[in-house]
Amino acid sequence: MFANYDFDVIWRSLPYLFYQGMTFTLLLTALATLGGIVIGTLLALMRLSGTAALTLPAAAYVNLMRSVPFVLMIFWFYFLVPYIGQWITRSAQPLQVGAFASCLVTFTLFEAAFFCEIMRAGIQSIPRGQMAAAQALGMTYPTTMGYIVLPQAFRNMVPVLLTQTIILFQDTSLVYVISVTDFLGAASKVAERDGRLVEMYTFAAVVYFVISLAASRTVAHLQRRIAIIR
Amino acid sequence: MNYHWNWAIFWELSPDGVHTYFQTLMLGTGWTLATAACAWIIALTLGSLVGALRTMPFAAAVRFGNVYVELFRNVPLLVQMFLWYFVMPEIVPRAFGTWLKQQPNASFYTAVVALGLYMSARVAEQVRAGILSLPRGQRQAALALGLTLPQTYAYVLMPMTYRIIMPPLTSELLNTIKNSAVALTIGLMELTARARAMQEFSFQVFEAFTAATIIYIVINIVVTFAMRIVERRVAVPGYLGFKAPAAGH
Repeated sequence: MFANYDFDVIWRSLPYLFYQGMTFTLLLTALATLGGIVIGTLLALMRLSGTAALTLPAAAYVNLMRSVPFVLMIFWFYFLVPYIGQWITRSAQPLQVGAFASCLVTFTLFEAAFFCEIMRAGIQSIPRGQMAAAQALGMTYPTTMGYIVLPQAFRNMVPVLLTQTIILFQDTSLVYVISVTDFLGAASKVAERDGRLVEMYTFAAVVYFVISLAASRTVAHLQRRIAIIR
Repeated sequence: MNYHWNWAIFWELSPDGVHTYFQTLMLGTGWTLATAACAWIIALTLGSLVGALRTMPFAAAVRFGNVYVELFRNVPLLVQMFLWYFVMPEIVPRAFGTWLKQQPNASFYTAVVALGLYMSARVAEQVRAGILSLPRGQRQAALALGLTLPQTYAYVLMPMTYRIIMPPLTSELLNTIKNSAVALTIGLMELTARARAMQEFSFQVFEAFTAATIIYIVINIVVTFAMRIVERRVAVPGYLGFKAPAAGH
């Protein structure tokens, strides 16, 4: 099986794969996670606000994102982002946005729906009495949320949020469909240039496997350590 | 916005010369559903098997199950599709590889296998969690009554497990339908690929993607609704998911 397996092509393309490809993948994962958690938390607060004007749009947004394939959403945003940019900047032409910015907007907005559901579960896991106690002490709603509820909800949900981040890391490979050079995109470009599909795709699979496995092991370890003892 | 809307585009003839754009989207929907259905059969069968293995009192079986799940869960679906489509035919014996590559609808079979195995790891997780959630006494009672281990699983543990994990299985089924879109990368002309093709030929980006989005939402609603009915019928009395039927006279 390994008789004509060319390890050299992997070795030669390592700088390209990692400097260009993996940097893109990891940066996209990190920034989209941060943005996704922020927007997701806001969406969760909207869904739990009890005001129909806030609950309904947030619920509609989350359900829309959750019922459509990510690939389709990547296409949507790829064509939509220039028009959104044009609308925001009031320019005459659709705005030229780079591949990275376009991907970042797509992933942030898409993953926000999933982070929203996680944060919503986290907020709902806080006993109602804490909210009542904070209000009895004279705290306003924002203060209660910011100092009492959200820090605990966040802490409870850290393992789930990190697991979602691992899924996000794997999902970044889908930017392949708009020909962006992430890690898989870089591997596939080398594969096609040198006619070395077997080597490059198995190598990519091994790299994704090692990173995801290491990350999920770390999350499992973390989960045992930070669990609140009740 | 200087985008030129044209909703009548759906009734125009697509470049294949036979079907309108609307019909091509419908053909795509058919491929999406066929791929998802076949993959779901594989996912459910293998997932049940592997999930059950992971709860058996044999260290080797548990280890095999764990490796299986970690393997399929930690590699992105897109990469798995590429492995099955580009790599597998090259590393099997040459004659078999050539035969594989010459199959009509090769991308459909590949997508079914790749998606089925990928989802089977996730189904296995649900099945395992379901079996472990059963009271220990059920297994012990079955064994004490003289059922063999396979009989215990077949007649006692698995039927209960399926009834309990029906809601998470519903969302895995929906995930299977959504994930089938990844198969466009290996050339399967499913719904998202058809919308993409329509956009390329007609330049009506937003009409094409709106139509695809609506179709996906409709599929989602129909499946969710159908599974709600199934969930309600199979819910186990005494569990929180069970709602007593309205009392009649």
